[in-house]
Amino acid sequence: MSKLSLPVSVGARGSVLKDYAGLLVALLLIVVVFAMIAPSFLSTATFVTVANQVPTAILIAIAMTFVLITGEIDLSVGSVLGLCGAVLGVSMTKLGLGLIPAAILSILTGAVCGLITGFIVVRWKLPSFIVTLGMLEAARGSAYLVTNSRTVYIGEPIVCVSNASVFGVSAVFIFALLLVFIAQIVLTRTVFGRRLIAVGTNEEAVRLSGIDPRPLKLAVFVISGALVGLASIVLCSRLGAADPNAGNGFELTAIAAAVIGGTSLSGGRGNLISSFFGVLIISVLSAGLAQANASEPTKRLITGIVIVLAVIVDQIRRSRKDR
Amino acid sequence: MISRSDTPLLECRGLRKHYPGVKALDDVSFSVYAGSVHALVGENGAGKSTLTRCLCGLERPDGGSMLRDGAAYAPLSRSASEALGVRMVLQELNILDTLTVAENLFFDRLPVKCGLIDRATLRSMSVRALERVGLSGFDPDLLCSHLGVGQKQMVEIAAGLARECRVLVLDEPTASLTQSETVRLFEQIRQLRADGMGIVYISHRMEEILQIADYVSVMRDGHMIDTLEANGLQLDSIIHLMVGRELKGEMEDLRGAHDSRGRVALRVEGLRHPPMVHDVSFDLHYGEIVGLAGLVGAGRTESVRCLFGADRPTGGNIYLGESTVPIRIKSPRQAVSHGIALIPEDRKSQGLLLPLAICANITLAHMRSVVSGLPGWISPNRERHVATDYAQRLGVKCSGIEQAVGHLSGGNQQKTIIARWLLRDCNILIFDEPTRGIDMGARVEIYKLIRHLATVDGKAVLIVSSDMMELSMICDRIVVLSAGYSVAEFARGEWTSEKIMEAALLKHLGDKSSVVEGNTVNE
Repeated sequence: MSKLSLPVSVGARGSVLKDYAGLLVALLLIVVVFAMIAPSFLSTATFVTVANQVPTAILIAIAMTFVLITGEIDLSVGSVLGLCGAVLGVSMTKLGLGLIPAAILSILTGAVCGLITGFIVVRWKLPSFIVTLGMLEAARGSAYLVTNSRTVYIGEPIVCVSNASVFGVSAVFIFALLLVFIAQIVLTRTVFGRRLIAVGTNEEAVRLSGIDPRPLKLAVFVISGALVGLASIVLCSRLGAADPNAGNGFELTAIAAAVIGGTSLSGGRGNLISSFFGVLIISVLSAGLAQANASEPTKRLITGIVIVLAVIVDQIRRSRKDR
Repeated sequence: MISRSDTPLLECRGLRKHYPGVKALDDVSFSVYAGSVHALVGENGAGKSTLTRCLCGLERPDGGSMLRDGAAYAPLSRSASEALGVRMVLQELNILDTLTVAENLFFDRLPVKCGLIDRATLRSMSVRALERVGLSGFDPDLLCSHLGVGQKQMVEIAAGLARECRVLVLDEPTASLTQSETVRLFEQIRQLRADGMGIVYISHRMEEILQIADYVSVMRDGHMIDTLEANGLQLDSIIHLMVGRELKGEMEDLRGAHDSRGRVALRVEGLRHPPMVHDVSFDLHYGEIVGLAGLVGAGRTESVRCLFGADRPTGGNIYLGESTVPIRIKSPRQAVSHGIALIPEDRKSQGLLLPLAICANITLAHMRSVVSGLPGWISPNRERHVATDYAQRLGVKCSGIEQAVGHLSGGNQQKTIIARWLLRDCNILIFDEPTRGIDMGARVEIYKLIRHLATVDGKAVLIVSSDMMELSMICDRIVVLSAGYSVAEFARGEWTSEKIMEAALLKHLGDKSSVVEGNTVNE
């Protein structure tokens, strides 16, 4: 009988490298291809660009992976990001709050959005696709209302966040990386994480095991919102401003990253470290295409192809393993 | 062996089919004759499905040959076999809920007029097809989502019968039919037999086979063990051939010692959850096994779901132990906290996390037992240890505790769920169809396990089952439900199949037409 090795199964042994080998190979392949096309690709500048871009994407990918594992989806992450940023910007400028209280307010804003979404999903048993589609519109509208549809310049008080560095590496990047590992541990080593996987695998079985799935789902949406709030701080600090349009389309990038990392859209399967690699693949690809002077349409065309290719390869590997 | 001089309608000689690691068919020979019903029996995994899949072109054999009316026959697809007059009604329902009965019946050949579906013709075709299975007066324009499971099964069979064919393969056709629907189906099968068709009939229900079959072929481990004339055949000898050993002795020690009955565990009074449950009362003691008998639609599953909080009853009281204060069970969570556990009928969709490891499935309901150090922190070692302990105690056969539970056999999956509740320390165990989809050999193991749980561990066990043989074998007491009412109760020794059937029909006697399923269509 074949032994199924699940990335999130209990105590699944076997080398860690093996689990991520496919993603690493894909990443290296992309790097090699771009290094050949554009010699300037292998430079510190590229690394800095990627390192600057990824923390926001990583935080949102963590949020999305958690939501997808429970069998739900959150389409509102991009516009909630915009709203959280708007709250941050306005509270630091117009309200004159300091960085810390403003940051807390921004994270709370995200959490409240998640709470509303989660409550509606759980209370009326609605598909999260629809509820978060509504939240996507509502949060974007709120972001415009909060900022009067204008970009809020914050400047130095927030830029210092992204300028901080540890041994020459961006502190924000390290922080995001740390969160990936913490999230992975929460998922694989805690009762909470196990229950999320269980709910995503078979919600009815979980309910009939005497565990109420509703608080779990609610918690996941709140966590997702809070992580998006955190991501908005990172994004604002990089730009030095809060743009109410920020985060447009981020939900799709986050879903793509999670799916490239092998997360199942029907729930029950996902892995934060793989999602992290998913983010890297998308970011490196986009940085590489920029270096190779690809036009915007070409960039999008190629990105689309790579996402689908990655999922096809993942599917083939999985079906081989299952046999 | 069958001694007949006519050419079989369909014949296989030395059929072979190998899958990686398994010989699904090994030198199997089998013949279907005109005007006969040929039953195919065997445990799950014996090779029945592979054989029929080869017959119907869904699978290609690795060796051997097949003949249709004496001519070489090697269909490459289901439609190819259908063109040659071999048709199969699958066990799984292929009914599309969003279409009407008529559209489902003739889905692959809808009559067309000027590019549009010819509704009138379709209607008359459907009425004729439905009449053949005794569903006259049934509206073919009804959406299939309104049908009960049994009715869907009948529509499925009607779809099979509506097409021209010489050989019809029926795979577990009565699995979800009521008694009266089964009777009607049998009439129909006899009619087809008289018309000269050859029918291959697969079923686990031995009584049915003895009723309807002319020949019985027994398969085991990919081999054709024997083909016998059904006339005068004894149940025991079929079972003996199927499992390859005597089960009778093993069955006998399933009866519990009479003194194991302890104090009362649960009392149910006037439980009500319309439209299926109207007035159900019974009690359950520790150390005993109580069976809930009744026809499909009697409200058995619905009653136990209420007890477990999976559905909320609209009336009635449930008392725990000697207490005179009723408990309120609003959710499975509360039921479990009272020590009540449900092992559901459909373990794949309601019980198990199929892609996850056995150990995750066992510890699901009681994660507290594997937490160490920080609150909410799982200790993988402890989890493996606890789960292995319980898996071994229940005899779950697996390659390792981290094997995905979806790869286990039905019997081992069932044991995994039982292990989950034992770990959670539940003392009132409710089994809904405990051996559904589990083969004969493994069934006996499950029966022994349940008996052990009651007699030795002193658990209170409630069993819902449609299998009368099963209930009379393991129960200490049987409560009979009829159309949502508890109508009779028998202690061991008091019951006979006839008495139970009579009680089960009690609430139907006034109105004969309603002896169909409880969830009949409201017209």
